[in-house]
Amino acid sequence: MTDMRDNGMAKPTTSLDEALAPIQDGCLLVVPREVSGVPMAATRALIRRSVKRLHLVALPTSSLQADLLIGAACIATLETSAVSLGEFGPAPRFTAAVTSGAIAMKDATCPALHAGLQAAEKGVPFMPLRGLIGSDVLKYRDDWKAIDNPFGDCDPIVLLPAIKPEVALFHAPMADRFGNVWIGRQRELATMAHAAVKTVVTVEKLHDGDLLADPLLAAGTLPGFYVDSVAVAERGCWPLPLPDHYAADAEHLALYAKLAATAEGFAEYLDRYVYEKRAA
Amino acid sequence: MRSARRDFRDEELLADVIARLIGDVRHVAVGNASPIPATAALLARERGHGKPYVSLLQSRKHNFFTDGARELFDCAGQGRIDVFFLSGGQIDGQGNINLVSIGDYAHPQVRFPGSFGSAYLYYVVPKVILFRTEHSRRTLVPRVDFVSAPGASEPNVYRPGGPIALVTSRCLFSFADGHFTLESVHPGHTVAEVIENTGFDFERPDTAPETPAPTPETLKLIRAVVAPQLAEVYPQFAAGVFGAAVPSPFSGGTIRG
Repeated sequence: MTDMRDNGMAKPTTSLDEALAPIQDGCLLVVPREVSGVPMAATRALIRRSVKRLHLVALPTSSLQADLLIGAACIATLETSAVSLGEFGPAPRFTAAVTSGAIAMKDATCPALHAGLQAAEKGVPFMPLRGLIGSDVLKYRDDWKAIDNPFGDCDPIVLLPAIKPEVALFHAPMADRFGNVWIGRQRELATMAHAAVKTVVTVEKLHDGDLLADPLLAAGTLPGFYVDSVAVAERGCWPLPLPDHYAADAEHLALYAKLAATAEGFAEYLDRYVYEKRAA
Repeated sequence: MRSARRDFRDEELLADVIARLIGDVRHVAVGNASPIPATAALLARERGHGKPYVSLLQSRKHNFFTDGARELFDCAGQGRIDVFFLSGGQIDGQGNINLVSIGDYAHPQVRFPGSFGSAYLYYVVPKVILFRTEHSRRTLVPRVDFVSAPGASEPNVYRPGGPIALVTSRCLFSFADGHFTLESVHPGHTVAEVIENTGFDFERPDTAPETPAPTPETLKLIRAVVAPQLAEVYPQFAAGVFGAAVPSPFSGGTIRG
């Protein structure tokens, strides 16, 4: 495959582990919510590599992904609006880590995370947001500030600093050999990529041709300009869903919820499904 | 049980109560893990012959947003969403909701998932309906340990929205002027039981009416028309409560996102 870096295009596709190289220990990493393409194959690869001290921003919520990374001791700081396993109950490793103080928690509210990333994609230092005033969410965020609306009259409003991730990581249906990635209507993936210094993407498959050449596909395409590496990972969201492609694996998620309820059970889950150790 | 015979399920009664609260509006949005409010919103749409718009945020089919997850919040910020639903691990008598933790925030005894969009939507959506099936002194408390979003704000704080009601498994409260008022008690429950299980003070009339049971027409709509639509987003709920089949394997996911 031709290396497109010479003319400013993205790198060609690579192996999963190579693609994940920009995500180093201590990285400020942004990942998407469950219905947008959670990169679970990549998450398992990061755990196998024993990545440490991540500052994970889950836009704007997370489920299995944050819980796995927390349980595997990959996370120092978590910035999100909620973590749970939904119909399968609380996220057990998240709950244990917050109550024991094992991770630093930066509680947010969904639109605040969207706004922080939008500030970064515009290259401005902050974004204002309504709501928040009088909440304990604001009280415990000393990086957020309420000011008086300079265009109003005694109208307090909260300013949120730009969130500038070092890396954005997500899974998408397809990419082409120019690094263009088709994200469809999951536009927050584009916001993440615009805001981040580097973007790493896993995809179900490679598209034969140029995604930007077809206007119908181009409208849902993140240009390769923003993309640093792409790796193919079939069923890369499993056991979470890739909307319009496959549903969540409910049986597996129920098994996870059961095992992750204890530290021992979680270790067994990692052995079986992340490290993929064979039973003796 | 006061009713001699019940031909409806608790979920159907609650959905019917919520559908009445929704009223005549243009756009109802339903967030994550809210199958009963979703049932209510779809019921309201069936009764209104297509009005209001219903956005089920986890659905592919019942969700017109194409500009990413932020579009909902931008829409709400402009006043384009009339009704939303919130809940809480704790809800207090001032309408404050806690979705974060119990105990000291830095060293919590219990941790809930988190505030989701509440710290914003509670302020900007005109009719927020609080929904919490568990009606106990554990959930309905004198004062929440963490304010994910306050029930009321200072007069100079921009706040076109806020709570209008709280629906539980036992009763319906309205909310106005910073406090709850008991509106009706669901069939099979009593005022004494509501008082016994509520940790905060609330207004009440001398005799509280019984929440009307869903009519046969409503039950027919829920079971025949709404339940199959619901199955796309809440397959386990729809199958468990209504016996509805899942229409497609490509649902937006069975857990929240």
